[in-house]
Amino acid sequence: MSAPLPRWADVVVLPLVNLAIALLVAALVVALIGQSPGQVMTMLVQGAFGTERGLSYTLYYTTTFIFTGLAVALASHGGLFNIGAEGQATLGGLGTGLVALWCSQTLPAPLLLPLMFIGGALFGMIWAAVPGYLQAYRGSHVVITTIMFNFLASSLLVYLLVNRLKAPGNMSVESVSFGPAAHLPGMHEALAWVGVTWPSSPLNLSLFLALFAAVGVYAFLWHSRAGYRLRAVGSSEGAAAYAGIRPRRQIIVAMGLSGALAGMVGMNEIAGVNGKLLLDFVGGAGFTGIAVAVMGRNHPLGVVLASLLFGALFQGGAEVSFEVPGFSRDMVVTLQGFIVLFSGAMAYVIAPALAALVQRAKSARGAAAAVQPSQAPHG
Amino acid sequence: MPAIETIGSSSPAVAVRMTAINKRFGSVQANADVNLSVIRGTVHGLVGENGAGKSTLMSVLYGFYAADGGAVEVFGAPARIRNAFDAIALGLGMVHQHFMLVETLSAIDNVMLGAEPHALLKRADAVVRARLTELMNSTGLRVELDAVVGELSVGDRQRLEILKALYRGAKILILDEPTAVLTPQETEALFKVLARLREQGTTIILITHKLKEVMRLCDHVTVMRAGRVVHECAIADASVQGLAEAMVGRQVHMGRQGDALAAPGAVTLQAEGLTVRDAMQVVRLHGVSLSLRAGEIVGVAGVAGNGQSELLDALSGLREPDQGSLRVAGETFEPGRWLDPRRARELGLAHVPEDRHARAMVMSFAAWESAVLGYEGLPAYSRRGWMRHRRMVDATAALMQRFDVRPRDPLLVSAKFSGGNQQKLVLAREIGQTPRVLLVGQPTRGVDIGAIEFIHAQLRALRDAGCALLVVSSELDEILALADRVLVMNEGRITGELPINECTEARIGLLMVETAHQREAA
Repeated sequence: MSAPLPRWADVVVLPLVNLAIALLVAALVVALIGQSPGQVMTMLVQGAFGTERGLSYTLYYTTTFIFTGLAVALASHGGLFNIGAEGQATLGGLGTGLVALWCSQTLPAPLLLPLMFIGGALFGMIWAAVPGYLQAYRGSHVVITTIMFNFLASSLLVYLLVNRLKAPGNMSVESVSFGPAAHLPGMHEALAWVGVTWPSSPLNLSLFLALFAAVGVYAFLWHSRAGYRLRAVGSSEGAAAYAGIRPRRQIIVAMGLSGALAGMVGMNEIAGVNGKLLLDFVGGAGFTGIAVAVMGRNHPLGVVLASLLFGALFQGGAEVSFEVPGFSRDMVVTLQGFIVLFSGAMAYVIAPALAALVQRAKSARGAAAAVQPSQAPHG
Repeated sequence: MPAIETIGSSSPAVAVRMTAINKRFGSVQANADVNLSVIRGTVHGLVGENGAGKSTLMSVLYGFYAADGGAVEVFGAPARIRNAFDAIALGLGMVHQHFMLVETLSAIDNVMLGAEPHALLKRADAVVRARLTELMNSTGLRVELDAVVGELSVGDRQRLEILKALYRGAKILILDEPTAVLTPQETEALFKVLARLREQGTTIILITHKLKEVMRLCDHVTVMRAGRVVHECAIADASVQGLAEAMVGRQVHMGRQGDALAAPGAVTLQAEGLTVRDAMQVVRLHGVSLSLRAGEIVGVAGVAGNGQSELLDALSGLREPDQGSLRVAGETFEPGRWLDPRRARELGLAHVPEDRHARAMVMSFAAWESAVLGYEGLPAYSRRGWMRHRRMVDATAALMQRFDVRPRDPLLVSAKFSGGNQQKLVLAREIGQTPRVLLVGQPTRGVDIGAIEFIHAQLRALRDAGCALLVVSSELDEILALADRVLVMNEGRITGELPINECTEARIGLLMVETAHQREAA
């Protein structure tokens, strides 16, 4: 039996050590295929953070990951594993896009953009609430149903685009472009208003939306009564029922809110970047959200930091595969795989060793100064 | 009986000798210079409160933990026990409080598991069966060998565990709280078997907190407190009161304290004909009726699993019965429109559930979060949907002060408190809202003597203040110490109702096991 890790070690040191191990193993693989790990790593960091443009792309990816990561994290506080963020984000984009398609010629931007936001969140919410309902009242496990809903979502989008929304005469499967009122300003445009010049990039104001969402999730989970009840159900359904909280209703609430967060991806990808509805705009971010939530320990701040890491990997990796011959896009995916493996699946493998190390450091200090007994022993 | 001091070192008369055992977990010294000598062919009681270090000591002996220092001798020879295999090879056998049996396998397969005497199971079965039959005849431990363990009674499972240990050649049996799950009759039967095993030369170490049992069965007793041995003596020199005080380290008052009110007040809760079926449509509660009056404690005695849990669930609104009615605080509830836990709290009906871990608190929550569970909607605790942190933490600190919860840290995670302190916190939460009716399931399960005394005093004080209490406990001593009126439950029915002055252990014990069939015959 080993002592549990102190909180600071669990929250800060362990993820960093895991990241370091992942990078080390990745470096080994890079060396194995005959590239210089040092060069690749430098280029990766340089590509992600070294230029204004690179940084913008990194933050653009980060934005989407924050939304999906928060979605997964919030659901897991309710005791639910939502692997349907991909589909909920797809539906969110659809909701955002439909509002834009219907109203972008008639409504002004200050009215339209909030409506698009609500449309996306609402579509995502409903798309997640259905599996929530099936779990709560019909006993169909949410893992199974949400993954099925991912397929349904992508089929639905294809159907709508091909048969209903595609502009006549257009060869590519996409809707007509929205009117200018439906465009969420890019960061370079917003910075230009205050007189800062910034290179053009997909990064847009939804980054702030994502950060607000993170603060909102924090406030909801730890400062609102509804969040308290949701966490109670997630931690102990029996205790929640005893407290007069209805677990079934909370399951739907948790899934609904989770889906709404995922649905906000639409603001970034559809309203902020593409300006039209198209296929596959989520591009796996819903699944990356799972890794982000795991690495961020389901805490909003952790989710933001993990999103930044994954955003940097996406951007830096793209840069590396472009610059280094023989270093394909697949290598970047491999690198991401290692990080998910070591910080997600194997997150606690080195925890006992770390705990022992902390323990030894402590007793070394304890030898100098007498330790106070603090915990009750387990008899 | 030779006194401990007179036994020479490494004498073969000593089955187990542990010398200067030390074991630390982090900052906690679980065992500090512990010495233990167990004489061959005796029953040695090892008593102490939760966290006193008994289990740690036995885990060191059985090879679960490596001691930081100290020596172990078994039958006079120095022993290095690194794991359970070493322990078994030396003739040690352990029966855990929570049985280590595979419920889907038959009894004989459980014995054989991990110790198959032959590669072909059919032959192995024959060998094991012969040996077990022999063992059963000589010890009187009888178990249906081909029954699936999941269908055996708790007493049967325990006998099976002992048989399993003996089959593996145990000459020293370690029993961890063996009677915690048994009826008085089953306890009686177990003690007969243990006495017989002792006659046959088996050495037994009995870990327990039931001092009456120590007095009845043991030859020697060692008392531990806070990781140290604080007292050891032959049983002839021991008394229940003395042992209790050694365990707690101060004077304790056990048993009944003060008298009930001469005349309890008005009926505050009335249940009629409660019938509950489980998911398999098995009737768990057969038309149970009861009433609670202000200012009295009604005790529900019975072997666990005879409908008490269903009764508590129905009365507290956690479960809607199939039939029956409930009247509480002037409101009547019937199936289809049953009480729910939130309404129950609004009506002044509080509930301390049996299962602390699964119901009463959220173990991963901070103490203050657990201390408002069920009351988080009160205006004092939340406003317009937002939690009032400061107020909740302050209120929790006040509850901890009033109920002596230690450590007095509202921010500490609930799971880090000891069982007794968790229970005090739950009681504090429920009593803190001054309920009209309090339902309590197993008020002191897994709770230390010192805390039991405190909890009992609080329940009595609540009664004296005019609350109606229903106390469900599988500890007969607890019922006898607390109740003013006793209901006995068996097979989902109330089989008897006695005022406390007509209660004897024997009389209640009989009502606890009497079956419907026997009742009809009588």
